[in-house]
Amino acid sequence: MNKHATADLKATRILGGVATDQRHDSAHKHVTGTAVYIDDMPEPAGLLHACLGLSTVAHGTIRSIDLSAVRAAPGVIDVLTGHDMPGSNDISPTGRADEPVLATGIVQFFGQPVFAVIAESREQARRACRLAKIDYDEKPFVTDVWDMDRRAGKLVTDPLTLKRGDAAAAIEAAPRRIKGTMRLGGQDHFYLEGQIALAVPGEDMDVTVFSSTQHPSEVQHMVAHVLGVPSHAVTVEIRRMGGGFGGKETQGNQFAALAAVAAKKLGRAVKIRPDRDDDMTATGKRHDFVIDYEVGFDDEGTILGVDYFYAARCGFSSDLSGPVTDRALFHCDNTYYYPAVRAQSAPLYTNTVSNTAFRGFGGPQGMIGCERVVDEIAFALGKDPLDIRRKNFYGTTDRNVTPYHQTVEDNIIHRLVDELEESADYQGRRRAIADFNAGSSVIKRGLALTPLKFGISFTATHFNQAGALVHVYADGSVHLNHGGTEMGQGLYVKIAQIVAEEFQIDIDQVKITATTTGKVPNTSATAASSGSDLNGMAAQAAARTIRDRLCDFAAEKYGVPHEQIEFLPNRVRVGNQEIAFGELTQQAYMARVQLSATGFYKTPKVRWDRDKGEGHPFYYFAYGAACAEVSIDTLTGEYVVERTDILHETGRSLNRAIDIGQIEGGFIQGMGWLTTEELVWDDKGRLRTHAPSTYKIPLASDRPKIFNVTLADWPEAHEPTVHRSKAVGEPPFMLAMCVLHALSDAVAAVGDHTVCPRLDAPATPERVLMAVERVRAQTGA
Amino acid sequence: MTEIRSQIRFMLNGVETALSDVRADETLLDYLRLRRSLRGTKEGCAEGDCGACTVLVGRLTPDGLIYESVNACIRFLGSVHGCHVVTVEHLKGQDGALHPVQQAMVDFHGSQCGFCTPGFVMSLYALWMRRADPTEADIEKALQGNLCRCTGYQPIVKAALAISSYGRVDSDVLAGERARVEAALNAFKDGARVEIGQDGQRLVIPASVEDLAAVLEAEPTATIVAGATDVGLWVTKFMREIAPAVFIAHLDELHATSETDGVISIGACVSYTEAFSALSRRIPAFGPLIDRIGGEQVRNMGTIGGNIANGSPIGDTPPPLIALGATLTLRKGESRRTIALEDFFIDYGKQDRRPGEFVERIDVPVPDEGTHYAVYKLTKRRDEDITAALGAFHLTLAADGTVAAVRIAYGGMAATPKRAAAVEAALTGKPWSSETVEAALDAYGKDFAPISDMRASADYRMLAARNLLRRFHLETTSGVSVQVSRYEAA
Repeated sequence: MNKHATADLKATRILGGVATDQRHDSAHKHVTGTAVYIDDMPEPAGLLHACLGLSTVAHGTIRSIDLSAVRAAPGVIDVLTGHDMPGSNDISPTGRADEPVLATGIVQFFGQPVFAVIAESREQARRACRLAKIDYDEKPFVTDVWDMDRRAGKLVTDPLTLKRGDAAAAIEAAPRRIKGTMRLGGQDHFYLEGQIALAVPGEDMDVTVFSSTQHPSEVQHMVAHVLGVPSHAVTVEIRRMGGGFGGKETQGNQFAALAAVAAKKLGRAVKIRPDRDDDMTATGKRHDFVIDYEVGFDDEGTILGVDYFYAARCGFSSDLSGPVTDRALFHCDNTYYYPAVRAQSAPLYTNTVSNTAFRGFGGPQGMIGCERVVDEIAFALGKDPLDIRRKNFYGTTDRNVTPYHQTVEDNIIHRLVDELEESADYQGRRRAIADFNAGSSVIKRGLALTPLKFGISFTATHFNQAGALVHVYADGSVHLNHGGTEMGQGLYVKIAQIVAEEFQIDIDQVKITATTTGKVPNTSATAASSGSDLNGMAAQAAARTIRDRLCDFAAEKYGVPHEQIEFLPNRVRVGNQEIAFGELTQQAYMARVQLSATGFYKTPKVRWDRDKGEGHPFYYFAYGAACAEVSIDTLTGEYVVERTDILHETGRSLNRAIDIGQIEGGFIQGMGWLTTEELVWDDKGRLRTHAPSTYKIPLASDRPKIFNVTLADWPEAHEPTVHRSKAVGEPPFMLAMCVLHALSDAVAAVGDHTVCPRLDAPATPERVLMAVERVRAQTGA
Repeated sequence: MTEIRSQIRFMLNGVETALSDVRADETLLDYLRLRRSLRGTKEGCAEGDCGACTVLVGRLTPDGLIYESVNACIRFLGSVHGCHVVTVEHLKGQDGALHPVQQAMVDFHGSQCGFCTPGFVMSLYALWMRRADPTEADIEKALQGNLCRCTGYQPIVKAALAISSYGRVDSDVLAGERARVEAALNAFKDGARVEIGQDGQRLVIPASVEDLAAVLEAEPTATIVAGATDVGLWVTKFMREIAPAVFIAHLDELHATSETDGVISIGACVSYTEAFSALSRRIPAFGPLIDRIGGEQVRNMGTIGGNIANGSPIGDTPPPLIALGATLTLRKGESRRTIALEDFFIDYGKQDRRPGEFVERIDVPVPDEGTHYAVYKLTKRRDEDITAALGAFHLTLAADGTVAAVRIAYGGMAATPKRAAAVEAALTGKPWSSETVEAALDAYGKDFAPISDMRASADYRMLAARNLLRRFHLETTSGVSVQVSRYEAA
């Protein structure tokens, strides 16, 4: 039965086209518990379960390893070590061969996987893991870059320098100079669904892996690499993740590879789902940074020259630390023009888990450093930081070249900030807060407005490509597949909107299908906020190919010129008659018209010469601004966020509801990073914050008491992006900088704003109180 | 002679269930997911912190059948004996229509990745049954035990505010089957003791407190499990053996609270939720404290008796109770002894509980009219966080404004909950002035030498602990709160 019989053939507009507020395609399944995550899938008969055995020292060579008790434990079928990898014991995503699946010979962080137990039940595997006897020859270790010579430390990958003009000379010649250092903590992703992989062995060399991954193609390549088989033998599928945030860009590789190796070796399906503690201990996080800065400026607060040194805790291997630390430098300018600048990165080796991608990908850390510099200037001159920010904004026709020599062509920050300053009543509240603080000795309030500019594109140019596969069935229903993955961000529904729009059919006629390497090959990670930009264009291209074929077919069959064929909602006008879309596709099928097509897209204009530090790495920029007001208790450091106002832009939004969700969620996640989310390693190199009992992400009651989020409705993408929309995944994360600066502003009130509090992040109550004490000591308050 | 049965009985969604193959340490979550393929309920952390595993447990109380949100990940299957377990799968109507809570969540874009969503739906459902038109503060409190990493909570709170426009509690699925469920749960209460399994898997569910006393006399080393918010983690995190386990949370006698002659008696199994009204009505400072212990699910499960019995140095109820001069009654067989609560805590992990003994009740003197009493909890994250330092102050001023008596107790500052004896001495008999307070701050060094850990540094603990005394002084002398607050004072 053709479902199109029920489609509205008189509609003036389709249901679910672009620029409509569609719900998440799985919302009704989320709320009923029927959305299937990998651990919810029906389990294959004979399924086995794997558990990782983790190292118990931070650095050392393995003197001996006795797994006999593990093997003898109830339910244990097999125990794997790094020597059991049939191909290569390596999952380094950048080809540096510095990251083993399972450590052999040497362990380099506390919690590094050393062996894997395969047992009949998950509980048996977990229990057996604890019976291992491994003797280590312990070596000195370093977990914190604060404790080392950051200019001479061992690096995990090549550093980068961005340079324009002579920063040293400009600083030297400037009327005023400030030098300082800032510490910034890392962040655990805390996706609610942890890492998981389920491998089902097939015939010959084949294996199918269901992996909670943002990057199925990389999992495919890694599994093939570890198994020593061609990529064609490995199929990786993911319908949805229970959150990713960058934590499933490379971190799923290890679990997928192990499940696949065990499945092929034992001829049975194998699932591995680490518990929360193992997940947080053994997988990478956001990079923490120590940022040294020196700035020269004039008496008005105009920056003349600036020098940054971004040292990052990368962990024991490179993983994505190269591009992450690169991106920190790419955002050392945020929205500010530097007449002369030098920015250097130091991706430092530490005996900690290898840090990885996390929403913003180094960008947040880069920006935070530069916002500290702006604050320093404001305090030095006794001016409102907002004035200093505005004074240094990129121009639109001049003062618009970035430290990487790309010209900013789409700058809208002035208008965004002006509008937010007005709508948030920044000036009025600034005065009200000053009055409040004058009359309040213990509780102090603070206010800050921070701008945001974020570069959109993978800086590795070749990742800026995407593919899609669209089938139109004879009945007119559509099967959509593309290389992007769904982790909650609403990518699937956005792409379905684009395809529905292209065919002019209701969105319920478009079936969204699981991402799989078997349908669309050689995909990029769903990362860098690029999901809908890239995959939307690819899906649009595929749909257009089919639409063009339908058009050709109709023109020929009905003998009308192409310009008299028009796709109307759920129907097609062919000359003087209207034919239901499903009827036309049926006719096309009977006439042997191919109704399946692939689509492909590559981002134009992007290029990057890393050796020279010059190029056009970003297709465009996304902009926003946010304003926060906080109250702090100067006796305990406790605080609340009283109010936040956000004005953000996503071009011509594909789906405002989804975009606002990204903005609210990104902001709260960023606020968590800068406030209560603290990673603590002890003197044994052990991560002590490896579960929600000790690692504190924001709660509903941490939201700003008043939380106003507005999408600027006037900007549109400067470049011809898909329907002139702009990326929204990462940028809002950095809006949360305003909370750190508002806290800093409140601390500064203790000393009447005469000294910069230099409040580091995360600004836990403890750090706030210690900053208050510092300001008190410095000002005698 | 108590009758002994080898079967637990409970209702799971619409179906009466009897099980005789239950392990002492089997969690409700594993049972639901692995044995019943009810996979709408998720495991996020296995320690009762994230709420992805939230289900409702209905139980008969003197006020009738009530439903509470709990964490299935640390709730033991044995402890749902006599209860009604409701999972997210039970909410959808016969016609496939979404439940009002679900429809509101869909319409307000309350889910993104969706993994936490069933847990949020269940927490909101429990709230809705209790209060159909909640305030934002009610909603935030009900959601303290549910983590969402995607949405930033804003759309979820908006959905929660709108639920009542989608339907009525009295025409809801649980309302429809209420009589049938009550009848079934009443029938389960047949006065028998349940014993299942041998050796490492053995569990006992005593028929009454008398029976509990007998069971513990016979098996003095058994693990006593009340709310399981601590013992649950021994299993899920540390894989410790807990058998033989004796489940006591169902014992009505241990849920009683009463007041006689200005002393509130709290049964050992009174949950934080149950204790809230009894304590905060008479001792208002307890209200905000209880609101910050765990999440709603943990407060529904966790007991004050357990918080004391397990002896954590960062348990939140001992310091405020010590500051009030509370006593603890322990029972072994038919004999009882009553001790000052502070004497129960001997050293880290070491309490004055003898084999076969169990905590029966806590007696809390209501502070006299005119005395000052305050409790301040410091954490990294305001709600649902384990204490970095907690101070409880109970001050009696003489007519001349001098300190007639003061009891100060802290958590998080030593290996046990501990009184600040030197600070108390430095204050006693002196005028209650800022000079006295400042002079007494040195005494903290005699009372405490806290550790640094992931919750706070020793420096912060000492500094903040001292500042809490300053705050107490400011508040008692000004009469107004000197704290940041999310909610306007009630």
